[in-house]
Amino acid sequence: MSSDNQQPFVTDSSKVGTATREARLSGQDNRFNSRLREAFGSSPFILTKFDKFMNWVRGSSMFMLQFGIACCSIEMMHTYAVKHDLDRFGAGVPRASPRQADVIIIPGTIVSKFAPRMKRVYDQMPEPKFVIGMGSCTISGGPFQEGYNVVKGAEEVIPVDIHIPGCPPRPEALVYGVAKLQERIANGESSPVTVKPYELEEFGDLERDEIIDQLAEEIDVEDLVMRYNWADSP
Amino acid sequence: MSVELPADADAVQTPAEVADLLGDLVIGREEHLNAPGFVIKPNSVVDALRRLRDQAGFDHLSCVTAQEYEDRYESIYHLTSYDDRTQEVSIVVPADKENPVSQSANEVFRTADWHEREAYDLIGIEYDDHPDLRRILLPETWQGHPLGQSYDQDQPQVVPLREHQNPLLEDQTADNDSETMYLNIGPHHPATHGVLHIKTVLDGEQVVDLEPDIGYLHRCEEQMCQNSTYRYQIMPYPDRWDYISAGLLNEWAYARTAEELADIEVPEYAQIIRTMGAELCRMAAHFLALGTFALDIYGDFTALFMYSIRDREKVQNILEELTGQRLMFNYFRLGGVVWDLPEPREDFFEMTRDFLEDLPTALEEYHDMMTSNEILQVRTVDTGVLPPEVAKSYGATGPVARGSGIDYDVRRDDPYGYYENLDWDVVTEDGCDNFSRLLVRMREVEESAKIVEQCIDLLEDWPEDERNIQSNVPRTIKPDDDTEIYKAVEGAKGELGIYIRSDGTEEPGRFKIRSPCFSNLQTLPEMSNGEYVPDAIASLGSLDIVLGEVDR
Repeated sequence: MSSDNQQPFVTDSSKVGTATREARLSGQDNRFNSRLREAFGSSPFILTKFDKFMNWVRGSSMFMLQFGIACCSIEMMHTYAVKHDLDRFGAGVPRASPRQADVIIIPGTIVSKFAPRMKRVYDQMPEPKFVIGMGSCTISGGPFQEGYNVVKGAEEVIPVDIHIPGCPPRPEALVYGVAKLQERIANGESSPVTVKPYELEEFGDLERDEIIDQLAEEIDVEDLVMRYNWADSP
Repeated sequence: MSVELPADADAVQTPAEVADLLGDLVIGREEHLNAPGFVIKPNSVVDALRRLRDQAGFDHLSCVTAQEYEDRYESIYHLTSYDDRTQEVSIVVPADKENPVSQSANEVFRTADWHEREAYDLIGIEYDDHPDLRRILLPETWQGHPLGQSYDQDQPQVVPLREHQNPLLEDQTADNDSETMYLNIGPHHPATHGVLHIKTVLDGEQVVDLEPDIGYLHRCEEQMCQNSTYRYQIMPYPDRWDYISAGLLNEWAYARTAEELADIEVPEYAQIIRTMGAELCRMAAHFLALGTFALDIYGDFTALFMYSIRDREKVQNILEELTGQRLMFNYFRLGGVVWDLPEPREDFFEMTRDFLEDLPTALEEYHDMMTSNEILQVRTVDTGVLPPEVAKSYGATGPVARGSGIDYDVRRDDPYGYYENLDWDVVTEDGCDNFSRLLVRMREVEESAKIVEQCIDLLEDWPEDERNIQSNVPRTIKPDDDTEIYKAVEGAKGELGIYIRSDGTEEPGRFKIRSPCFSNLQTLPEMSNGEYVPDAIASLGSLDIVLGEVDR
């Protein structure tokens, strides 16, 4: 930046001063003379709905949960890192703790042993929270759909806002998905939180049948469990 | 565990000599395509394996395959030798259909521990004298054994949350008066490289006891392969075992086994392409291992991790040109590869050469920032020590074994592809610690680069009318009923083996994957007990596991 330029933040295109502005600027520090001021025009106020403002804020600065499951997490790492750099879109701060995260990307196959843990991680995230399902496994179980141990999609366990198909999706696809999520958030949309087929419940609350009777000795009534009715899965 | 070997232990063992050695333990013979099979009684497993280990040099229990037949259960112990990989023998142990009990081999080979637990979990064979026969991949409350014949996949299952319920709810002191603390690491934790759960008991900052709990990514790879046809349907799955870009290496494991099983030739030209692709994959996989290791050791997300991703992107671009995909290549076919190098070929060669040319500078950067970094040295030198005898007993292979000074590499010891005709070295380091394993990986990248360069030279000069990428392979492949084979290749993490038993149809009767990470991960308690927690994390990072392959 050349030293003779007295107004470092004013570019050629913004040098369209008005009388009002000139008046306002006289005696002001240069640092106030920003692009933002330009956008606001002569008025120091903006008028918007608080909700709308909050939605814009939420979508523009998303903290992602650092959450790796399977193959897709490799492409997710590539999306965070150089070349694709998700941070450009205000969505690239991976947080290791769910308590600090707004968005969880589910990058991989969910199996019976992991679904309760994933549900627990999701529950620990503060509201409002958003979920991106990455890859075919989170849509339907993907190539492993017929597996005896595979949950047929993330939506069986937690609500999903955006599905990104692919096995695995390319980083560009993930970036697109994140951008779409930001659009949704800015519009104030999110998936309704509904009761999912597989919920965590206390063992004692399960309807008693043959399998429950068999397990009664192994599991405490107060233990949280997830019951999989494979026959009902899509 | 060190054993005085008799002088003639290195000598080649003919099947007759092995039969003599086993003597009256043998109750029958089988012929597997890769090795002679000896059927022994269920209660003489320890005896037989000990004789083979101590007197015939079969010191590597590569894999334990279990399966259920119409009339019996069966465990197969695939033995080979660290000194001579071509020496193989299969010990077949039948078990009763009604009451499948068989003796555990845990006493002779520590690696049998997890392998037998897996066999119990998925098939339902019980092992006598096993120290800890619990489910390993599936939740403890699972009902039935899913790869057994009578399993009903539609029956409901109940999975508890238990140890993750609320770790902070009550004071986690382990027993009444002890000073120790119980700590869950994972399954959602940045340092576990995926969904691994490690149960640790700590005394202050030191690890008293540590137990990896796996199965959070058990997505039924073996079942998927058993339900797919040999010709085309199985090939996409190997990409998803070791998903750190090591796809072609895994595909080669299946290709090698099935080609040997169905007696399929592979043209020389295709072998060179395979070799080049596989080594590019190995480099990409090792780059990620370096990057995440730095991340584990000193949280270096900004420089080294980014550097390694940068180099991976370069390799992935080359692989994408070659195969059409960034990660899940599905490029090999039985009898060759699916298509030739991309046109214009000159551009592809130039692109690959550019990458190879930049590589020494990049590696120098890595060395500047990692191996010569004092913090990293303090954290890795002499931590996570894995003596070679222990490594062998656990069936460790790949960079983990080579970092313990074991000179073992399937590419050289049981050659396949085009490796024999190329000039490269097997890298070993004698330190047995985390640092050595890191060094082995870094030096292996250089060796892989040498291999790729030679392949490029060969491909460039290959006469245009001899570019044969696939041999004639029938559209459907039906190997003879009850043919059995176990074959391995050198994956990014070590010896990746596959056992296939055909049942006369287009689909395998039993498809068993021997994952190197599964065996390597077993060594973690040996390396970590008594050490500090951060060193345990460093050891885990140096093992470079990938959970997709551990759990399958």
